[in-house]
Amino acid sequence: MTEKLIGKRSGSLQLFWRRNYGAMFILLWLVGFLVFRLYPFLSSLVYSFSDFELFKPEITKWGFMNYSEIFSDKKIMNSLGITFRYAFITVPLKLAFALFIAYILNYKIKGVNFFRTAYYIPSILGGSVAIAVLWKALFRDEGLINAVIRFFGGDGVNWLADPKYALFIISLLRVWQFGSAMVLFLAALKGVPADLYEAATIDGASKIRQFWSITVPMITPIIFYNLVTQLCQAFQEFNGPYIITQGGPRNATTLFSLLIYNRAFKSYEMGMASAMAWVLFIIVMVLSLIAFISQKYWVYYGDER
Amino acid sequence: MGEHSKKQIGTILKYAILIIVGFIMVYPLIWMVGATFKTNQEIFTNMTPFTAHPSLDGYRNSMNDYGGKINLLKAMLNTYSYVIPKVLFTVVSCTITAYGFGRFNFVGKNVLFAVLMSTLFLPNVVMNVPQYILYNNFGWIDSKIYLPLVIPSLFAFDTYFVFMMIQFLRNIPKELDEAATIDGCNSIQTLWHVICPMLKPAMVSCALFQFMWSSNDFMGPLLYVKTVERYPATIFVKLSMDADTGFEWNRVLAVSVISIIPQLVVFFCAQDQFIDGISAGSVKG
Repeated sequence: MTEKLIGKRSGSLQLFWRRNYGAMFILLWLVGFLVFRLYPFLSSLVYSFSDFELFKPEITKWGFMNYSEIFSDKKIMNSLGITFRYAFITVPLKLAFALFIAYILNYKIKGVNFFRTAYYIPSILGGSVAIAVLWKALFRDEGLINAVIRFFGGDGVNWLADPKYALFIISLLRVWQFGSAMVLFLAALKGVPADLYEAATIDGASKIRQFWSITVPMITPIIFYNLVTQLCQAFQEFNGPYIITQGGPRNATTLFSLLIYNRAFKSYEMGMASAMAWVLFIIVMVLSLIAFISQKYWVYYGDER
Repeated sequence: MGEHSKKQIGTILKYAILIIVGFIMVYPLIWMVGATFKTNQEIFTNMTPFTAHPSLDGYRNSMNDYGGKINLLKAMLNTYSYVIPKVLFTVVSCTITAYGFGRFNFVGKNVLFAVLMSTLFLPNVVMNVPQYILYNNFGWIDSKIYLPLVIPSLFAFDTYFVFMMIQFLRNIPKELDEAATIDGCNSIQTLWHVICPMLKPAMVSCALFQFMWSSNDFMGPLLYVKTVERYPATIFVKLSMDADTGFEWNRVLAVSVISIIPQLVVFFCAQDQFIDGISAGSVKG
């Protein structure tokens, strides 16, 4: 009796193993996920309700004080506004530009590969500090851009010292890197069936009409993908303002991530910094959620769901 | 105007736009390289990348060190001392994980896969603070071998690459695995002898992108590297800009150009893999 039971149990164990042993290949990832993502993610939520500081022995207060400080501090709210403005300048400009160039490249252009490479270089190098340095050389008062403007008789603008322009110049650094969005658009455009255009041409639709009624609807999935990833990145922008303007002039480029950095790694207020990070996180999540929900009104998937 | 000439004007217009935009895109980079050969007096007065009086001062001075502790070459060596292990670990761990998700069924697979996908959309900004605290508890901050930058990559931390490889794996027929099993390969041998050779293009893409991203990474070293001797190139470039702007731009630009030479070389040797890589995973960037 017992023998039979054991035999049965080890049999089912064997069966279980045979059905699930593939899981061992994802163990590495799972451990990493738990240790390096899930635990920090949850712990930061806990910290955000505390007055935890890195070099202070213990937490003395718990509660919503960090959050209420965020929403009552003018400087923080101001920076949140700047971050929104930054994202809403950068993302549409970048996507529009990427789509426009991809659209032209999609005609049977000689030397497509050459142009594609030229447009793609800024994307691959753009994240580096070297390019941020270049940006400063271009837009400083004595920089290249003003040299060109003055050559043509203009006055030039002190781009990075003028609160009116500084944020736009920081945006421009990312807009300039439209290459990878463009490559995606180009791949999507190639996938639009040619007979749709032929039929439209026979019906007498103009090129502009065709663009809005065929091209755009057919590539909405990639527009959607680019929109979500670029928004997510724009809200986290750090390198540009940190390296080029240090948040100035007069806080005009103090994006939210810069404030988080200062709170966390200059004054070591980890509790406060966590709360700020969570506010930003929730904003990004809500925006992505809006994008996902709105999908059914404007994103067209070939196999209509 | 005839249909034909209208078409011709359209074509000319398209090339004109492409060339003008391309020129604006690339000109700053060309100007930057040219500027490194100019004297500091000439850099901002001469808008062309060319100079009548080339000077190597920028490059000569770019080799200066800071307080005898760090110079550009050492900083670049520092960079690659963590970038190379990171690239290797990423390729290995992501391939294994993609194999698990792409080829096997197990309890909870769908949930775990959803979790994996959701980490793609998790903004890093929430993670910086708690990760710093975690690494601080581990005693990893300012580690001699850049533990906080390297170790997570052992655990397929950059899930984007896992996702990319799963996409690739879908196009490799399962019959190949089955044939290997019949020939007596166990699952690990199948991975090694069948899947890896077929996945090679994806692995190369993964290595290339990770190489670029981690060589450019600024935030990571900024948070986790505190000792001047261990600064990587990104921090060194920032340092030399802060120290020298205003008077030694040719030096600062020379430092910048040298620091991205390895990336440029890799990019030009492997352009097609980059473009394919982006399209394949339908990616970020």
